[in-house]
Amino acid sequence: MSAAPTTPSSESRVTTAAQAGLVACPHCHLVCRDTARDGHGKGRARCPRCAGRLHPRKVDSLSRTWALLIAAAILYIPANAFPVMQTSTLLSTQSDTILSGILYFWNTGSPELAVLIFTVSILVPLLKLATLSTLAVSIKRGARARADQRARLYRIIEFVGRWSMLDVFVVALMVGLVHFQGLAVIQAGPGAAAFGAVVVLTMLAAHSFDPRMIWDRAHRPRRGRPSKKRLAFGTRHG
Amino acid sequence: MTDSLVACPECDALHERRELAPGTKARCVRCGAVLYRRSYLELDHQLALVTTAILIYLIANSFPIVDLEIQGRSNSTTLVGSVLALWREGREIVAVLVFATTQLFPLVDLGALFALLLMIRRGRPALAFAPVLRFLQALRPWGMIEVFMLGIVVALVKLSNMAEVVPGIALWAFGLLTILLAVILSLDLRSLWRAGESVIVRPRRRFPPRQSAHP
Repeated sequence: MSAAPTTPSSESRVTTAAQAGLVACPHCHLVCRDTARDGHGKGRARCPRCAGRLHPRKVDSLSRTWALLIAAAILYIPANAFPVMQTSTLLSTQSDTILSGILYFWNTGSPELAVLIFTVSILVPLLKLATLSTLAVSIKRGARARADQRARLYRIIEFVGRWSMLDVFVVALMVGLVHFQGLAVIQAGPGAAAFGAVVVLTMLAAHSFDPRMIWDRAHRPRRGRPSKKRLAFGTRHG
Repeated sequence: MTDSLVACPECDALHERRELAPGTKARCVRCGAVLYRRSYLELDHQLALVTTAILIYLIANSFPIVDLEIQGRSNSTTLVGSVLALWREGREIVAVLVFATTQLFPLVDLGALFALLLMIRRGRPALAFAPVLRFLQALRPWGMIEVFMLGIVVALVKLSNMAEVVPGIALWAFGLLTILLAVILSLDLRSLWRAGESVIVRPRRRFPPRQSAHP
């Protein structure tokens, strides 16, 4: 499980499916002939194995990613400004935003949990928004450099995104458990729905982003370069 | 169309497929993404695992997760109870989100996988195979039992400051389910497309078959 080799020698041996006139089925991953490009399929080519629609790249990847990112960024504000949880006891009513919930853990002697929740609820969504926008901008600008690092960033973002749901689940459990009429009742605040929506939207944004675009731009044939390509035979085992 | 080639899902680089030893995975030479994996588990073992997970899922959802005691009064909740409480107090969006990611999607995921493995085992052409597998692939990222398990732990720590917390049966069931799901989710759905090659009912060809397209 070592890092990918990104030496120039290994990259120059790579042929992509698109360059070979092939397309990997987005559903069953079968490598098929790109009939749409041959002019036979009239643009609605279907996978011969699973009958799924074939697209060489995700459809409207950048615009969809941007749309979802913007929506997520807007909702990020109410998600943090409004309380996610309201605790009513005999004496008082207390509203907790995500940040004050983290401070509660920090002050009551569980700093590990405070750090964990800070990471998944505040850091991860922010980093996700920032990273995906940066990636989208880099593709728009046709960046070639550091494709391997950008690809790794994307992989990390896609992997950690789901963990942001943690706070929503915590609130749901507290609401279900703390229901002592007249003594203590916990209710979910309006921030919880907004926060859940941010997580879902950023996950959708990451799904709409097509990481293959990173490499498409990085390996556009430059002028004067011979276009002779070979397949990278075999795969690394690990 | 050719089965001997694999395109990297993250960078589109073409590779020639090789059979793997159990428990190993093939990675892209360019970007390092996992191309495909082979599990230690044979199909029958996977089927047994999925059956177990479904049973434990049922236990996890029918018993209370924890019992909370404050000043002699006790209160316990199941996962459904939490969802209903959210719904009743007007947080429908959160209720639906929690219900879908921790109950509906994981159950449908397990059920679909169970059906697919049965279809492969039966070995007869199954019309539903390809649609169900495609559906399962789309659904997979949205099941979040493992995140929920961490949520239980955090909620318990938080509540232990204000009340007596007595772990319920479902707490252990969720822990076990998390472990089982970690194994099940590590099974490569892409390998199911190949394992089910003989049961997939292929769509009728619109165009005359061509030679496989090696570049």
